[in-house]
Order: sequence, then C-alpha cells, then structure tokens
Amino acid sequence: MKRKIITSLIIIGIVIAILMLLQNTLDNFKLRILNLAGIYVIFAVSMNLINGFTGQLALGHAGFIAVGAYTYTLLVMDSDLKSMNFFLEPIVPFLSSVHWPFLPAVIMGGLLAGLAGLLIGAPVLRLRGDYLAIATLGFGEIIRTVFTNTQSITNGSLGLKAIPMPKSFLFIEMKNAFTWWVWTAVIITVIFHFLLVSSSYGRALKAIREDEKAAEAMGVNIFKHKVWAMVISSFFAGIGGALLASLMTTIDPLMFRFTLTFNILLIVVLGGMGSISGSVISAVVVTILMEWLRFLDQGFMGLPEIPGLRMVVFSTLLLLVVLFYPRGLMGNEELSWNKITKMFQRFHMQPREVRK
Amino acid sequence: MNLLEVKGITMQFGGLKAVANFNLNIDKNEIVGLIGPNGAGKTTCFNVIAGEYVPTQGKVFFEGRDITKSRPDQITKLGIARTFQNIRLFKDLTVLENVLIANHLNLQSNIFSATFRLPWYQKEEKIMYERSLQLLDQLKLTQYKNEKASSLPYGLQRRLEIARALATQPKLLLLDEPAAGMNPQESKELMYLIQELRDKFDLTIFMIEHHMPVIMGVCQRILVLDYGVTIAEGTPKEIQSNERVIAAYLGVEHIA
Amino acid sequence: MTLQEFLQNFANGISLGSLYALIAIGYTMVYGILRLINFAHGEMIMVAAYIAFYTVFIFSMPWYISFFIAIIITTIVGILVERLAYKPLRSSPRVTILISAIGVSFFLQNLGIVLFTGRPKAFQVPTLFSQVYTIKGVNIVSLTFFIPTITVVLLILLVYVINNTKIGMAMRAVAKDYDTSSLMGIDVNKIISVTFGIGSALAAIGGIMWSMKFPQLTPTMGLMPGLKCFIAAVLGGIGNITGAVVGGFILGLTEILLVAFLPDLSGYRDAFAFILLILILLVKPTGILGEKIAEKV
Repeated sequence: MKRKIITSLIIIGIVIAILMLLQNTLDNFKLRILNLAGIYVIFAVSMNLINGFTGQLALGHAGFIAVGAYTYTLLVMDSDLKSMNFFLEPIVPFLSSVHWPFLPAVIMGGLLAGLAGLLIGAPVLRLRGDYLAIATLGFGEIIRTVFTNTQSITNGSLGLKAIPMPKSFLFIEMKNAFTWWVWTAVIITVIFHFLLVSSSYGRALKAIREDEKAAEAMGVNIFKHKVWAMVISSFFAGIGGALLASLMTTIDPLMFRFTLTFNILLIVVLGGMGSISGSVISAVVVTILMEWLRFLDQGFMGLPEIPGLRMVVFSTLLLLVVLFYPRGLMGNEELSWNKITKMFQRFHMQPREVRK
Repeated sequence: MNLLEVKGITMQFGGLKAVANFNLNIDKNEIVGLIGPNGAGKTTCFNVIAGEYVPTQGKVFFEGRDITKSRPDQITKLGIARTFQNIRLFKDLTVLENVLIANHLNLQSNIFSATFRLPWYQKEEKIMYERSLQLLDQLKLTQYKNEKASSLPYGLQRRLEIARALATQPKLLLLDEPAAGMNPQESKELMYLIQELRDKFDLTIFMIEHHMPVIMGVCQRILVLDYGVTIAEGTPKEIQSNERVIAAYLGVEHIA
Repeated sequence: MTLQEFLQNFANGISLGSLYALIAIGYTMVYGILRLINFAHGEMIMVAAYIAFYTVFIFSMPWYISFFIAIIITTIVGILVERLAYKPLRSSPRVTILISAIGVSFFLQNLGIVLFTGRPKAFQVPTLFSQVYTIKGVNIVSLTFFIPTITVVLLILLVYVINNTKIGMAMRAVAKDYDTSSLMGIDVNKIISVTFGIGSALAAIGGIMWSMKFPQLTPTMGLMPGLKCFIAAVLGGIGNITGAVVGGFILGLTEILLVAFLPDLSGYRDAFAFILLILILLVKPTGILGEKIAEKV
C-alpha cells in the first residue's frame, strides 16, 4: 500500500514537472492541444468505466458532456456576456444574473451531468446490451435536440460565445491557470478511477462485465452497480464538458453530436476496453494525431483540400483495430513496471539470440 | 421449521410445463439429492429456488420467509448460494478475484468509502482477503490464486465454483452437477469434500447429480423428477429399488 | 386544420411510413439472424441515392436503368460489408461487432464526404414520379401513390419468398436457431449473405424513393433515417418482418402528424422517434408484435 502511494506521488511529481516545462516552452496553439488531450483523457477514462469495466455499451457520452458544457457556460458567464449572446431571444430571467466562479461552475457541470446519468440510467440500464446502446444514443440525441430548441435557455443553434477562461489557479493569478486546472482534473480523474476499479466495487463491476447472471448469483445487485457506474461516468463526462467549453470558448449543439461519442469510443477501443492506462495513452496519442492529421483535410504537398479524409482514416483505423486487434493496446490490463521491464527485456534479448 | 420449504412449484414456459407441482422440505444440515433423466426439470427447480425464475404457481420459503418473487442477489444475501451446471466463472479474472467478488455482498462500506480507502473499508477489505485466502486454502486452490480462472483445468474450475459459492457464507448450498466430467477417483474425493463442507461450514446441501455413486453415497434423501413430475422420494436404498425410477432411466444407468 | 390539409398530411405520413417500413425490414431481418444492429444499414440509402444520381449525371442513363444499377450495386455493397466487417467477428463478444458496425457507418459517411463533398446534390426526379394530380382540392404528387404501392408489392413478394421458398425456409430456420440450422446442412454463410442482400436491396429501393421525395442528397442523409428505421423495427418487434412494417408506418404517420398538429414542436421531429423508442423499451421491450424470449440459465 505504501509503495503504491509513493509510486503515485512520484508519477504526479513527474507530470507536474513536465507540465511546468511544457507550459513555458510550448506556444499557445500546442498548449491548447495538450489541454485538449487532457480533456479527452477525462472523456475516455470515464467512458471506459461504464463501457469497458462494466461491459455496458452506453453511447450517450456526448449528451452528458453537453450537459456539463452548457451548465458551466451558463453559470460562469456574467450578465453582460449573456445579453451579448442572447440577442435573438433573451435569456430566462433567473439565469441572467447568475454568475459563479470557475471551480463551482465546473463542479456543478459535473453534478448536473451525473444527475442526467441517473435519470437516464435508471430506466435504460435494465435493457439488454444492444437496446441499451441505441437507447443511450437516443438520449444523447434528445439532449442535443432539446438544447437546440430551447432558445431562451441555451441560445439554441446560435450557441454561446466568448466563454471566459479562469485567470487564477488555487487563488494564485497566473497566465496558464487553465492548463493547471485541466491537468489537476485529469490527475484526479485517473486516480479516482484507479482506486474505484481496484476496490471491491470495481471487482463487482468487472464481474458484471464477465457474467451478469453469475454476478447476480453471487449477491451483486447488478442494477444498482450499473447505475453507479453510469452516474460516475457521466459526472466526469460533465466535468470534461465544462473544461471543453472553457477551452473552445464557444459551444453550440453541433459540437455534441454522436460523432463526439464515436471519437471517444475509438480512443477507448484503441487503448483497450478495461484499461485506464490504455485510455490515457490512447487519448493523448489520438488527440495529437487528430490535430496532426488535420493536414489531410486541408490539403498538403499538392493534394487538394479533402474534408472528411481525416475521419475516413480514423474509421478505417477503428475497423482495423476491432477486426484484428480487438483487445486494443492494453487489453484489460494496466500498465505496470512489470510490463515495462518485460518490454525492455524483449528488446534486449533479440541481439543476443541473433549473435548465437 | 424447515430451512427450505418448496410448495407446489409449477414452472411453465409458454406451452411447455417444465416443472409440475414440485414439493420439497429440507431441514438444516441435510444433504438432499435431485435426480432424473436429462430435461426432467432439475435445473429449472434450482433456478426457481435461486430466484432466476418466478414460478408460474407455488411458493418458496426460506427460514420461514417467502422468497418466491425475490431477486437472485437478494436470495444469495439471505443465505442460499448456487453453482452452475455449465461452469460460470468470471473467466478473465483471477481465481482470487472470483472468490473476493463473492464477498462483496457483505460489504457495509459504500462506493465512495471504498474508493477513497477509508479506514472502515480497509478493515473490511482485509477481512475479505483473509476469508478468501482461507477458502482457497481449504479447497486446495491457493497455488492458483493469481491465475486467470479460464486457465484452470476443468476439475479445478469446478472446485473454484464451489469455493466462490461458499464465499457468500450460505446456509443452503445448491450444487448443480458438481461431479460432471469427473473420473471415479475425483468423484470419490468430491463425495468426501461435500460431507466435509457440510460439517465444517454448518451447511445444508441440495444437489443435482447424474453420477449415481456420488448421489447414493452422500445424500440422505433423494427426489426423482421425470418430465417435470416428482415420481419418487426416499432414501438411496428405497430409490434404487423403485421400479418407476428404474423405468424412467430406461435401465441405462447402473444404480447400485 | 382543414380536411384537405389533414388528407395531405395523411398521404405524406403513409409515404414516409412506407419508406421507413422498407428500410426497417433490413434491420429486423439482420437482427433476427445475427442479433446485430447493423448501424451501417442506413448508409445503404445514401449509397443507392448517389449511385442513381451519378449514373444519370455522368452517364445520362434513363432512370429505369440507373435505378436498377443502383439497387444491384447497393446490394453488393451490403453483402460485402457483412463479409468484411461482420463475419470475422461472429464469435466475438457482441460489443465488438456493434462497434464494428458503428465504424462501418462512419467510414461510409465520411467516404461519401470525401468522394461527393458535403454540398447537397439535387436529385433529378423522373417525370413519371413528379406528376401532380389535384383531387378534391388536394395536390398530390404521383410519387405519393407509387411509394406505398411499390412497398406493398415488395412486401407481398418478400412474404411469399420467406414462406413459400426453400431459401425462405432456410432463413426462418437460421433466425430461429443458428446452430441447429448449420447442423442440418444449411449453408449459414450463404443465408446470411442473402439476408443482407435482400435487406440492402430493399433499403436501396427505399433510398431511391427517398431521394425522389426529398431530392437533396448529402453524404450523411442516411444517418437519421437509418436510426429512425431501426427504432421502427424495435417498435414493431425486432426480428419480426410484419412488425417492422407496422412500426415503420406508425413512426412515419405519427412523425408527420406531430409536425402537422404541433408545428411549434417541429424542431423535435427527430428526437420524437427516440422518445418513442425509449417509451416502447420501457413499456413493452419486445415491441408491438414481439414475443418474449426466455433466456436459458
């Protein structure tokens, strides 16, 4: 136990050190991608909880992210910003004067998303696998449609612009406060999920994934556990959504289509459904890759601008992984020192064998 | 008061009557057997008792409590554990994890206490580990504790199924064909194991079996099902000489 | 609302319902055999529409040849998708094959964006289908008659094939019990291909008629109708062909009538289908015409 705490502290220390280095050396654009990667880590790890660890294919993540994003935005904007945005139809009065600081607004985003997870999960988690997938997809769409059509609350399809970024981190004013907030959230998310999954409740969730009926026969209340997984998953999705809103500085319902859920699902499958470290690595790699491959869409080296090529590449990638390497990068195991040393051993073994 | 009272259970699936008017009383510490040709409805009876199915008619009482409509996990919490005919272990999880999960139902800590490793949870976790390791030891599975359940040979998987069921701290244990696929030596060991478990854990056992030496050797009382109907009930000696039973088995099984 | 307006909406609803019914059949047949939600089925609409469009646009073929080619090619695409993306995963956990289906759907949509660009293309409706008749003051396009008629004809053909031919019997057998069917000597792979083929062909016909009714083609045009048609299949009882038809008509009619009677809620038009889905899943998950399937423990 003590060894694990020390190892975790060392890792956190390394992450902080890397962050300090990066935020001084990277330009704004690259820093933005770094933060986007962090937010996708939160999305992926939280989706993995319900999809990978509990084995329930829930496809409504984008909806919960939207709840978090909109809640945060509506709380954190002051009334001037709001009147500027709501020029077509004025905002509902009780929301107009609401103005919360950054952290409470983000947390509220998570809480409301978690509540949405409960309201949606309660009826829907009783359904069988494929039905659950479609029902959650449906709810994601319903949430988005509602946001598009409630002009006086969400400003409908016009979206919300000029979302402010936090200026201070833990009461210290600094330029890159947002970066620190994001990565603190990432660390908290990852640690929380690690702890949950390695606890008795995590084992119960995995049992549900392995064999629901057997888990039930062993005394696990499967419905209750599924709902818990859904609520926690949607809470963190909401946190990520709030951070996403701040990063993008503008949000509109089109950002939260099923495409978003698909991208996160791709990340989770690539990293391994049931591996937190897999999701972390995958989220960072895929986010950077998505940005780097933007040139595919925008034309390069004489190739014309072909929007959509990026997504073709990504869907092909998903299909290839699912067909030939369905366990993804880490399968359902975590990265550990054992594995890393084994990898090095394999690299070192080969030359000796060749020499023989 | 009987530990388990099954009154007039009828289980109908659409047009098929799998079980008709099944009655059973089991007292504490008894070992009772249920036999019958394939498809006679034996596992269906188990499933009704364990809460998997709600019977079309009839009631089930455990320690005087009506559990007819209770959920399987509720029934397990009350003290009835079961094994499955076709082993249903948590394949990708380790042997130890399989047994640990069966301890989960007794956990008092909530999900957040567990996640944040609050002191009370840490105590409970320690107890769960100790109990599980002890069980593995008693069932001679300790050396496999970190192996994936699916990598175990068949006989050991069956033993793990039993270990897992025992971890729920049951009063009544339902064993569904525990000797399936075992050779004579293994079956003999199983017989001793069942009696040992009954004594050590103060259990009551109700088992389905096809393996006649095991059933006749270990059970005090046997019920015989054929096409969902109870055709005989009695001691092993009585059952062996019962003509209806012999006829139902078409003389293929060597009962003596 | 006047009687004329109501009749117009009703006719519209029947049209839309027929289209949903045709496409829902493909979903329900595939689900009946493989227990798979073929997310990519909706994309068959798009594929057929664009092939029909381009064969006319580039090769100036007469519509009946163009439509025929579109149907054939779409059928082949449907069968290919099954062979390449679903067959290898038949023994994998269900989650994996669902993800594969989602992947195919996204792949096709984005391939469409790459090949055809996202800008809407105007479908040329043949004059046969665009004649306007005026009946009792109500303007009805000939297409509105053709769609239900063609749908009914296809349905009768399909029911005949399923109930009266050897292949139909094989299809019913595989849907009832996959393993036993293969033990009985049925070439399950062939039957699955046939199922996907028929489903895709029907979707292709549905897609072409869709493009005549809504003559704006975009690469993502199949996504929403696809989802709605799956909902229609669930509504009627998944695995049940009659159910798919019933579900399709109910969905189509209620969607049109919703917009007609409550125009303020027209923005929720798409969400409405999902609300229906969740309602039916909560109230009667097996669907209107569905049966309960007991799971063996």
